[in-house]
Amino acid sequence: MPQTKLDELSDQQKVKFYQKGTFTVGNRLVDPDKRDVQASQDRSNAITSGHRACQGCGEALGARFALDAAMRAADSKVIAVNATGCLEVFSTPYPETSWQLPWMHSLFGNAPAVATGVQAAMRAKGREDVRAIAQGGDGGTTDIGFGCLSGMFERNDDVLYICYDNEAYMNTGVQRSSATPPTARTATTPAVGDAPGNVFGTGKNVPLIALAHNIPYVATASVSNLHDLEAKVQKAMSLRGARYLHIFVPCPLGWGSAAEDTIKVARLASECGLFPLWEGELGVVTGSDPIRKKVPVEDYLKTQKRFAHLFKPERDEERLAALQRMADHNIERFDLLREDKEPAI
Amino acid sequence: MLKQIEGSRAVAEAVALCRPEVICAYPITPQTHIVEACGEFVKTGQLQNCEYVNVESEFAALSVAIGASAAGARTYTATASQGLLFMAEAVYNASGLGLPIVMTLGNRAIGAPINIWNDHSDAMSMRDAGWIMLFAETNQEALDLHIQAFRLAEQLSCPIMVCMDGFILTHAYERLEIPDQAAVDAFLPPFVPRQALDPADPYSIGAMVGPEAFTEVRYLAHDKQLQALEVIPEIHQSFKEQFGRESGGLFHTYQVEGAATVVVTMGSLAGTLKDAVDELAQEGPQVGVISLSCYRPFPRTELRHALEHARRVIVVEKAVAPGAGGVVSMDLRMALQGVDCYVKTVIAGLGGRPVTSPSLQSMLRRALKGELADLHFLDLNRGMVDRELARQRRGIATGPVAENLLKDAATHGAD
Amino acid sequence: MTMFQVRLHGRGGQGVVTAAEMLSIAAFLEGRHAQAFPNFGSERMGAPVVSFCRIDDKPIRLREPILEPDAVIVQDVTLLGAVPVFQGLKPKGYVLVNSTKTLKELGLADALDKMPTGHVRVVGATELAVRHVGRPVPNAALLGAFAGVTGLLHFASVEAAIRDKFKGAVGDGNVKAARAAFDDVAVPA
Repeated sequence: MPQTKLDELSDQQKVKFYQKGTFTVGNRLVDPDKRDVQASQDRSNAITSGHRACQGCGEALGARFALDAAMRAADSKVIAVNATGCLEVFSTPYPETSWQLPWMHSLFGNAPAVATGVQAAMRAKGREDVRAIAQGGDGGTTDIGFGCLSGMFERNDDVLYICYDNEAYMNTGVQRSSATPPTARTATTPAVGDAPGNVFGTGKNVPLIALAHNIPYVATASVSNLHDLEAKVQKAMSLRGARYLHIFVPCPLGWGSAAEDTIKVARLASECGLFPLWEGELGVVTGSDPIRKKVPVEDYLKTQKRFAHLFKPERDEERLAALQRMADHNIERFDLLREDKEPAI
Repeated sequence: MLKQIEGSRAVAEAVALCRPEVICAYPITPQTHIVEACGEFVKTGQLQNCEYVNVESEFAALSVAIGASAAGARTYTATASQGLLFMAEAVYNASGLGLPIVMTLGNRAIGAPINIWNDHSDAMSMRDAGWIMLFAETNQEALDLHIQAFRLAEQLSCPIMVCMDGFILTHAYERLEIPDQAAVDAFLPPFVPRQALDPADPYSIGAMVGPEAFTEVRYLAHDKQLQALEVIPEIHQSFKEQFGRESGGLFHTYQVEGAATVVVTMGSLAGTLKDAVDELAQEGPQVGVISLSCYRPFPRTELRHALEHARRVIVVEKAVAPGAGGVVSMDLRMALQGVDCYVKTVIAGLGGRPVTSPSLQSMLRRALKGELADLHFLDLNRGMVDRELARQRRGIATGPVAENLLKDAATHGAD
Repeated sequence: MTMFQVRLHGRGGQGVVTAAEMLSIAAFLEGRHAQAFPNFGSERMGAPVVSFCRIDDKPIRLREPILEPDAVIVQDVTLLGAVPVFQGLKPKGYVLVNSTKTLKELGLADALDKMPTGHVRVVGATELAVRHVGRPVPNAALLGAFAGVTGLLHFASVEAAIRDKFKGAVGDGNVKAARAAFDDVAVPA
C-alpha cells in the first residue's frame, strides 16, 4: 500500500516510551495483548499534542483514548465530526490543528446529522470500510443536539456518537446544561439563596434514553478507567448501526478541582455511585463495572469548588443526603455492589 | 422526451438525471412532492448509488447534506417556507464551508399567521446567506435550472437554491421536455470535490476563524458570487447548445428594447405579466418585462445596462420588508444609481393571493399616468385595513390582528 | 384555437385535481399545450375543492386562477348554492353537472337558460362510476362527457389520459364509465 499522508503524520508522531512505574501510559508490566492502545508506538495520535486544552482537561484525555482506539479498530479509516464546544475550539486554533484524522466541525447542534451525511456518502461510494464518528460535549449532546442525536439513533445510522460529559457548558463560561447535577454551582445556577446551585428533579439521563432507542450499543465510560473506555470503543466499533458512548470527563476549570486530580475525581464519581459505568445492547443493560471500594458522595463532592456551598458555612445535610440517595439508587439499579467484584466486561 | 407532468415530479426527474449520491428528506408543512418522488426513484432502482435519508427535521436535512457533501458526495435536498427558516443556521454553514449542495425551494410565505401558499418571503429571508439563488419562471426552466445548478455549484464549490413558486409551479401539470440521461451526463461531469473528508488525506474542516482572516473569508465569498456572474451565462450558453432551450442565464428580457416603462420581477409572475403588458399594448405603449433568473449574485451591471434607457422601472415582488418596502427594489435602486429613472415597488401575491392580469393592467395604467405610489400593495383591501386600524385606535387590548381580519373578511366579504 | 379554460368544482376525495390533470394529459396527447393546477389549499376529505385546466395551441404563460371559464364541471351538486360555481362563466360556455336529477329539479334551469342548446348537460357520473369502477368517483365519467359535449377532445385521448393515471382494472372501469358518459351526451337531452 502506498504511503498516505496519514501514515506520514503517524510516523512523525511515533513516541518513545520510558518505563517509570505501573501508572505510566505504557503499561509495560502488563501482558502485551492487554496493553492499551496508548501503550503502542503505532497509536494513531488522532488528536495529537500541542492543542490548547486547559491543564488536566478530562475531555482531551477522553478524546485521545477514544479516537485512537477507534482508529485502531477501523484500520485508521475514521472520519470525525465535531459539535461546537471546547474540544472543537481547543483542537483547531488554525493554522494549527490537532486532528490527524479527517475532521469536520459544522454547528453546535448538528454533529449527529452531519455524521449521518458522511456515512451516507461513504455508503453511496461503496466505502463502508470508512467509519463515521460524531462527538460533542454534554451541551451539544443532551441539549441543543438532542433532536439530531435521537433522529440518528432512530434511523440506526452507522455512526458512533461520543459524548464527553463535563456536566456544563464549559466553553462559554460554565453555564448549566441538562447534564449538570443537582446542587452544582454554575454561572447560571449560582451558589446563592436558600438552595444554592442547580436544582433537584431536572436534567436527563441520555445514556438511558439512548438505550430506549434499542440501538445496537450504549455504554458509559470514564477517564478513570481507560482500559474499560478503550474496550468499550472497540466493542462499539465491532458493531454496525447507531452506537452511543457517554464518557465522564472532569473539567478542572468549571468544577473547581485541582488539575492534577482529574483522574481521581473521575474515579470517585464512579466509586460513590454518582456516575455508574455500564453498557447495554438493543435496549437491555448487559453489564456494569462493580464498585471496588464504595465511598460516600461527600468524598467526591469535596474535591470540587462547585459543591463547596454544601459544606460551608455549614453542612447542607438535607441535600447531601439527597445526593447520596441518587448514588445509592444508581448502585441498586446497576447492581454495583454485587459479590463477584469482577468487572463484567 | 415530451411529457405532461407535474412540476414537482419533473424536478425530481431532473434531479435523478443528475445522479445525486445523497438525498435528504423532511416533509415540513408546506411540502412539495419532489423528495417523495426521489424516494420512489431510489426504491424502484431508477436512481442508483444514491442514499435516501429520511431525517427528523429540516435542520437535520441540511446538516446531513452538509456531512455528505463534505465527504465528497453529490447532495440534494428540498425545502420551503418554515423549513428554510428552521434550517437557517445550516444554510449559512453550508455556504461558509463552500459545499456545493443543490436545494430546491418551493417558495411559500412565512408565518405567523400560518400560511401555506406561495410568495417569496422564505427566499428573501436567506438572501444574504451566501448561496447562489436562481428563480424559475416556468416548470421547464425549473427542471433545466436543476441540471445547470449542479454544474454551477460544483464548478464554484458553492451551494445553490433553485427557487420555484410553490403550488403555482410545483403543483401545475404542464408539457415539459425531460432530457435523456446521456445528454445530462454529457453536460454534467462527475463531481470532483474541492475539499473532501478522506482518511487517506486528512483535512480539518470548519476551524474557527478570528478577526485576522474573517473579512478575507467573507470577501472571497463575495468574490465567488461575482465569479458566478461570469459562469452563469457560460453555463446558460452551453446548456442552450446542448439542449436547444433558453433556460437560466442572469435574467430574461421581454419587449424591453425601446420601452420607457419596464417591469422587473422574479418567478412565475413573469408569465402573467407578459400577457398583461401585451394586452395593455393594444391601448398604449409597450411595457417591457425583465424576470430575474439569478437573484444572488445580483446582476447589477448587467441590469443597469439593460435598463439604461428605461424611465420608469416597476418592481413587482412577492415579499415585503416591513418598515422598508421591497427587497428586490432596494437591490435594483443600487444598480440604477445615476440612471435617470425612478423605481417603484409593487408588493403582490403575498401568501398566495392570486396575481391576475386585470389587476396588473390596472396597476400599470396608473403607473403610466404617473399615479403609482413609491410603494404600492396590489389589490390591498383598504377597508379591511382601515377598520382594524380604527379598532386599534379605540384601545390597546383589541385581540390578535390576524384573527380580527379573518372575522372582518367573513363579515364584509371582499369589498 | 383560442385558449379554452375549464374550471372544475367538487369535494376533497372526488378526484377533482386528478380530473384537471387528466384533462391536461388528454389535450397534451393531441399535441396541445395544457396547464392544470389545483386551487391550492390544505383541503381535507369533503371540503370544497376547485381545480383548473387551460388548453391552447401555443405555450401558456398565464398563471392566474381561471376567472372566466369556457366550461364549468360540477362534480358535486351539494356545492350549488354554497359555492358560486358559475361565476365568470362565458355566455357561450359549457356546463356539466354530476347528477341524476334534471336541471329543473336542481333549480338550475332558469339560471342557465341563456346558454346555447346542448351546452348544459346533467350526467349521472357517480352512478356510472359505481357501476363500472365500484367506487363513487365521478371524475373520469365527467371527462368522457366533457369530450362528448365540447367536441374539444377525441375520446381516445381521454381514454389514454385515464389509463395514464389509473392502471389495470381500475383504469378499465374508469374508461368504461367515461365511454358510457360520452355516449350518453351524444344523445340530445
